This record gives sequence, C-alpha cells and structure tokens, in this order.
Amino acid sequence: MQIKWWKILGIILVLYSIIAGLLMPVPHLNILNETIRNLYFHVTMWFSMIFLMLMSMVQSVKYLSGFDKVRDLKAEALASTGMFIALLGLTTGMIWAQFTWGAFWVNDPKLNGVAVTMLIYLAYFILRNSIENEDAKARVSAIYNIIAFVMMIVFIGVLPRMADSLHPGNGGNPAFGTYDMNNSMRMVFYPAVIGWILIGSWIAQLRFRIKVLEINKENK
Amino acid sequence: MMSPALAQSVEMADVMRSNGKIYVVVAVIAIIFIGLMVYLVCMDKRVKKLEEK
Repeated sequence: MQIKWWKILGIILVLYSIIAGLLMPVPHLNILNETIRNLYFHVTMWFSMIFLMLMSMVQSVKYLSGFDKVRDLKAEALASTGMFIALLGLTTGMIWAQFTWGAFWVNDPKLNGVAVTMLIYLAYFILRNSIENEDAKARVSAIYNIIAFVMMIVFIGVLPRMADSLHPGNGGNPAFGTYDMNNSMRMVFYPAVIGWILIGSWIAQLRFRIKVLEINKENK
Repeated sequence: MMSPALAQSVEMADVMRSNGKIYVVVAVIAIIFIGLMVYLVCMDKRVKKLEEK
C-alpha cells in the first residue's frame, strides 16, 4: 500500500469543504446562525463513523465465513478508528449544543443513543482484551461486532426518529435534508462526507498495517 | 420556524466577512489541516518502508 489516489482525493475534498464551508453562503436560520456550517464538520464525522463501523461489520462477517485472521485485524482497526471519529463527533456536538441549545448535553434520544452506542463499542474492545486465545478472541468479537452494529443502527437511526427530539432530522424536526439545507450547502456537504470517509478509511488502513507489522515482529 | 422572507434579520458573521478577517480563519484552519495530512502522508511512507523490509 502506498500513497493511493483515494487518499489524495480525501485530502482535496476535505480541504475544499474547509474553504468553501466557511466562505460560501448558507441559509440564514434562527438559533443556528453561522453554526449551520458545522454540518460540514460535525455531521460528516458521524457519516464517516457509520461507514467505518459498517466496513468493520463486513470484515467480521467475512471472518466468520473463512476464519482468516487478517479479517479480524481489519475489523478491529476499522472499529477503533470509528470510535475515535465518534469521539470527535461527540465533542464537537457537545460544543455545538452548548452554543445553540444552551447546554453541553440534553436528555435527547439521539444524544443518548450515541452514548449507548459508544458504550456498546467500548465493550467490544474490552471483550477482545479479555480473551487470551487468538481464535476464540477473533470468533467471539466478530459475532459481537455484528450485534453492536445492528444496535448502533437502532439507537442512532431508528429510535431517535420515533421520539421527539431537538436534533435536526428526528422527531418533530424537519431534517436537515428537507428544509434547512439548500443546494449551495449540498455542494459542500456531499464532498465533505466523501472526503472524511476516505480519510477515516486511510487512518484505519494505517492502524491495520501497523498492527500487522507488530504481529510479524512478535512472531520472529 | 423557517422564514426565508426574514432572512435579513438573522444575525450572521457579516462583519468578519466585510473586513476580510474570515480569510484568516480559513487560512488557519486550512494550514492546520494540511499539516495533519502531511503528517499522515509521512506516517504512511514510514509504514510502507517497514513493510518492505
């Protein structure tokens, strides 16, 4: 693996979203004011996390059908990078909440759902660490990873939409997609999402490659 | 809730835009980001070198 085209593309897209995201016009909305630009940074973190967790689950499924250890390592690398990105999304969301809703945290289905999801994934890493035997570790954590992903979809995708929520896109709020986002925002948002997905994948790939190097060194 | 007709009454950061300071903000963030990406590229090259041994 070397400097691939998709890595450069990720850099270009995110750089574009930073420049255009701050300079280009956005809808003038009450409460949000300029912070609506956070869409390009806070929301993109979550899209990136979901993609990474999805890829992680796919690796876990593939592991269970061939027991190729490489897949287990990839699943772990993708999940840990996803956790890191989730942490970024969480902290940026809390700062955004403080300025627009008046509190770092509110009793909101989406926020609580995110917190639960992160705890579930945290348990995935604790589970891995608790099993000594490599094969057992890989097998059990692959199964858990799949369940964790399904739970994530439920807690951050399904349940918030069924309840009243302050969060755009849930409950009584019109989603960012319908009213608040116009085409000039979409022009920055979609490239930003792709860019951060690519960069998140790059980080995960690096983690995986380093892990492989460590294991090879151990086995020498 | 959404009132495009009253868009002018919503406070935006027009001051920073009118005096050009917004470009400083953009430049700072862009430089930080590029710096981090350069770091990532260097890491990638280092890992690649280790893999080739």
